[in-house]
Amino acid sequence: MTALNLAAATQITHQPPRLMLAEPMLTMRGISKNFGDVKAVSDVDVTVYPGEVLGIVGESGSGKSTLLRMMNLEETPQAGSYHLALPGREDRDLFTLDRFERRSLRAQHIGIVYQNPHLGLLMGHTNSGNVAERLLIAGKRNFAELREQARQSLDASEFPVERMDATPRELSGGMQQRVQLAKAIALEPAVLLLDEPTTGLDVSVQALVLDTLKRLQRDRAITMVLVSHDLGVIRTMADRVMVMRRGKVVEQGLADQIFQDPQHAYTQQLVHAKL
Amino acid sequence: MKLQELTRPWAAFNYGFLDESAKREIRRRILKAIAVPGYQVPYASREVPMARGWGTGGLQVSLTLLKPTAVVKVIDQGADDSVNACSIRKFFGRVGGVIETQDTQEATIIQSRHRIPEEKLRGDQVLVLQVPDPEPLRTVQSDMSVAREMHGDADYGQLWLILYEQLVKSGRIMQYTEYPSLVNGRHVISPSPIPRWDVLKLNEADHLTILSAGREKRIYAVPPHTRVEPLVFDDVPYRVEDHQDKTCYRTNVTGFFMNELPQDDGSAKFELSDSHFGVKHMRKAEGEPVEIGDTWYKNGKMNR
Repeated sequence: MTALNLAAATQITHQPPRLMLAEPMLTMRGISKNFGDVKAVSDVDVTVYPGEVLGIVGESGSGKSTLLRMMNLEETPQAGSYHLALPGREDRDLFTLDRFERRSLRAQHIGIVYQNPHLGLLMGHTNSGNVAERLLIAGKRNFAELREQARQSLDASEFPVERMDATPRELSGGMQQRVQLAKAIALEPAVLLLDEPTTGLDVSVQALVLDTLKRLQRDRAITMVLVSHDLGVIRTMADRVMVMRRGKVVEQGLADQIFQDPQHAYTQQLVHAKL
Repeated sequence: MKLQELTRPWAAFNYGFLDESAKREIRRRILKAIAVPGYQVPYASREVPMARGWGTGGLQVSLTLLKPTAVVKVIDQGADDSVNACSIRKFFGRVGGVIETQDTQEATIIQSRHRIPEEKLRGDQVLVLQVPDPEPLRTVQSDMSVAREMHGDADYGQLWLILYEQLVKSGRIMQYTEYPSLVNGRHVISPSPIPRWDVLKLNEADHLTILSAGREKRIYAVPPHTRVEPLVFDDVPYRVEDHQDKTCYRTNVTGFFMNELPQDDGSAKFELSDSHFGVKHMRKAEGEPVEIGDTWYKNGKMNR
């Protein structure tokens, strides 16, 4: 390697990754949430850049799901602010929105996939109806358009469209997750929240669903926040990783960094833990 | 002064069966319901000598509105002569000394289940509808407290989901009664078990409509000259039952809501669902001087 190349290489390592040069899409600062005496999340900052996948990893009870629920505006913290880079709303702390604004913002700009499909889907309604519900809440009232958009969205999440008028009850777990995903991306959300989306699926189905997620991410450059306790899933999907423990962020960095060179004792333990 | 002098003399019944405090409560609820069109006002719903589900809600409202000069008509499935309709009408006569009638034009209070009369109602008439299930959100939200919040937020998107599913499964909207309708641009109501044919009669009507659910203890109202819009998709227009070209076999009248009478050979006969409307037509055909009022539907089309 010539001296020039070496110099160039060292210079690159000093710059932050290209993704992080953009204005952040999601910014949370100083988030604290207590449930009685239990500190579920204490003083956590989160920054997500457009088009990246942020993985949040931690054991049960580390506060990762609570954090995600706050991102989905399902809960309000005792302290902290939350901003999404939406046109016209950049300066507004989303925790100060009233319930009407909150509802329309959630419907328009935040998509979520739950671990348990019963939380995200109406099991007695059709798959296309489930996707259409989201469009209806956002105020769309044209039947032909609803149908077409539901079909496109299901197709994008690699759901077999010939089954769009069956009910989620008749589907396998992996397919139910695809319906949830189609519903979440139907309105092209600013941020897609994934709460353990593949936990409880068998390994081969898990791989297929992750494949879909990856393809979607690549094609549409969707900003995602992925919560999981499964390091394998995080390693496959995430660009950056945040490690949480007891409501605090113990370490964060690029996925490769975290997995190859964990600094914090807990992260080391996590990375090396194998059954 | 003795307490006895202040109280009323003992009587076996109060006028109009309900005691005065019960009537006062219901009158107040009715006023509130009229002030907020389509909003479901809770009320106490007293015991009446009739089982819940047989029209106790409508009965209480009508009893509250009674006066000796009132003229009352009771409709059950469009008919004035069913057992239920007759019993309720007779009851009004007994406890209120009112004039009983079957003629829509004569009546001042019309209590009904399933139908709104074909003849137009006037501003001096009150329509009382019996409601089995007042909550239009019931099918999408089983939790009543959440449903009330959704009403508060005007969060009605999911109601279109019901219509969406019907269109997907059957190719047309199958909601045949209790068609969810937006009142005054604000509250969605379930307009009791009236067919789609009759929902349009509530829109910008001259008369007051009071809807009352006895078992569910809710009163709501459509005041005169108030918009009532059935929920529709932009590209799927509202459609009433296909009765435009059906002819009543007894009166030879065409273009009104019909009862279908299946015949042994598999075919069907039709008769006017509004029974006294049919009776009037028959009398007129026999040469009696009967005056038939202006109708909402003309030649099978809503007259607007």
